Amino acid sequence: MSEATLFGLCGAALVGLGLYGLVCHPGALRKILAFNLIGSGVFLLFGVVARRGAASGFGGDPVPQALVITGLVVAFAATALAVTLVLRLAQTAGRTGLDPEPAGRPDAMPGRPS
Amino acid sequence: MPLAETIGGLLDGLKGLGGTLLLFPVMLPLTGLLLAIPLGGRRAGRIVLALLPLGLLAAVAIAAAVLEAGVPLRYDLGGWAPPLGVTLLADGLSATLLLTTAVVMLAVGLYAQPSFRVPDGSSETRAPFAFWTLLLGVWGGLNLVFLGQDLFNLYVALELLTFSAVPLVCLDGRADTLAAALRYLLFALLGSILYVLGIALLYGELGTLDIALLRERLGAADPLPPAAVAAAALMTVGLLAKTALFPLHLWLPPAHAGAPPAASAVLSALVVKASFFLIVRIWFDLMPVLLTTSAAQVLGALGAMAILYGGALALGQARLKLLVAYSTLAQLGYLFLIFPLAASPEGGAAGEVLTGGTLQLVAHACAKAAMFMAAGLIAASLGQDRIRELAGVGRALPITVLAFGIGGLALVGIEPSGAYLAKTLLDGAVQAGGQWWWGLAMQIGGLLTAAYLIRVFFHALSGFGRPPVLRSRPARYQELLVLGLALCSLALGLVPPSYLALVTVGRLAAVGGSLP
Repeated sequence: MSEATLFGLCGAALVGLGLYGLVCHPGALRKILAFNLIGSGVFLLFGVVARRGAASGFGGDPVPQALVITGLVVAFAATALAVTLVLRLAQTAGRTGLDPEPAGRPDAMPGRPS
Repeated sequence: MPLAETIGGLLDGLKGLGGTLLLFPVMLPLTGLLLAIPLGGRRAGRIVLALLPLGLLAAVAIAAAVLEAGVPLRYDLGGWAPPLGVTLLADGLSATLLLTTAVVMLAVGLYAQPSFRVPDGSSETRAPFAFWTLLLGVWGGLNLVFLGQDLFNLYVALELLTFSAVPLVCLDGRADTLAAALRYLLFALLGSILYVLGIALLYGELGTLDIALLRERLGAADPLPPAAVAAAALMTVGLLAKTALFPLHLWLPPAHAGAPPAASAVLSALVVKASFFLIVRIWFDLMPVLLTTSAAQVLGALGAMAILYGGALALGQARLKLLVAYSTLAQLGYLFLIFPLAASPEGGAAGEVLTGGTLQLVAHACAKAAMFMAAGLIAASLGQDRIRELAGVGRALPITVLAFGIGGLALVGIEPSGAYLAKTLLDGAVQAGGQWWWGLAMQIGGLLTAAYLIRVFFHALSGFGRPPVLRSRPARYQELLVLGLALCSLALGLVPPSYLALVTVGRLAAVGGSLP
């Protein structure tokens, strides 16, 4: 198994783990962490792509590395925004999950067939 | 008419700029953003008000230049051509959407002036500053999405758009709108990370991210390489989550119904269309071969489900703004019918189908912005927006209710409306391709739209006693503005065919040529 394949499989595993967390965990903070895990997997994949481009004699393809740097900045901004929203939600409603507690608030979930 | 002459001269001058013209739609909002941050919320509203007409002028000039020349406008940033540089390109579809964005944004910017004004003599508050800067961010993000040609650049534009749109949802800071914004953000983040994963695969396979170069390199390979197919699937699903197509729609109704009316209008009319536009770019521009596969049927089926599900749920809503939000779900479904219809065996129909889809998009943008703003005026005047308690509002606010009604009729697709023309064009493709089931979905959707509107009117026009006590009256100019926007949607069907040709500029050959 080549280096690139190994790292590619690692990236795929990270994306899979993150996707599971994002879909299945009810807590918002867990979902944000899971999103960052998917991000790590994707950025690892960019690394693999850069390494494969290195076959043509360069040390590595610089374009995917530039994309990763931009992607990191965007993911950081996204995480900051999401954490701010969770904090405000915790301050106002005293909860950090998306769904309100079953008691009370009967009209709070207009998007779900109940 | 010195004013008309000045504007005409200005337009001619702008058209003479050629590709450089494309910088205006991107630079105007970003300049405004940079000015608004140091100058504060009190002046931000005026900055937006000054920039929006300039944006409209630039959009008109771009549309006129593209239509006259019959070829897309392009601008290489810094003089660097792809694959090293990044290109801005306005084909007919981009120009149409730029124009729609400019019109709706101008209406929203005027409408929101009283709601987000810092009164003289009082200190600054958070909401006006946040609203105006975020509105500029949304405007810039949208324009960049419509003009971008580099897939990664488009990702950055899409994120600028998302990060500006999400906080608009929770401007009032209530717990349920905060939860709605968080849900929206999580769906959007899932969507964008899937999109980036697709970019990684495409770059790994083909070594470029410029759409035209990618199509060139893909063109030679007849069965698409598996990595390209996987990338298209990932990017499409990611963008579907941002467009809120059934079954990834859960975030949309609470977010769009909870936002302030001016923000709802922008979110529902324009923001969801940006990700749809990128799906069109991928399916029509990047890999037209996909249109002939069964994946196009799946997209169409999801669209049909959205029409039926969104329409049925809109019928059962208790609150007016939620009804309008569910109606958005259903109307988005129509847009996805173009994917199976564009691949009809006759081939040549692709241009007509795309024109129909674009008309539906533009008609929905104007009508839905008008409906959200009218619903906002009604809610502000009555202090609530429960449909059962609307009795007498037709007498108290006749212009607003008329505007809501005209917006609704334009959605149903009565004779001169843009939606009517869109459905006629799509119906033509249904007949030509023999795919009658999509026609059935459109007919049922039209009936559902009519049904939920009649329910609103039944309550709004009843009540022959005293009109309800209004908390406040909306400004007359707001009512007329909303009415004007609704009429835009209704009159869209009267646009002569020579102007409709704008939509397919720079595209027809690419679409038709690749079909069997």
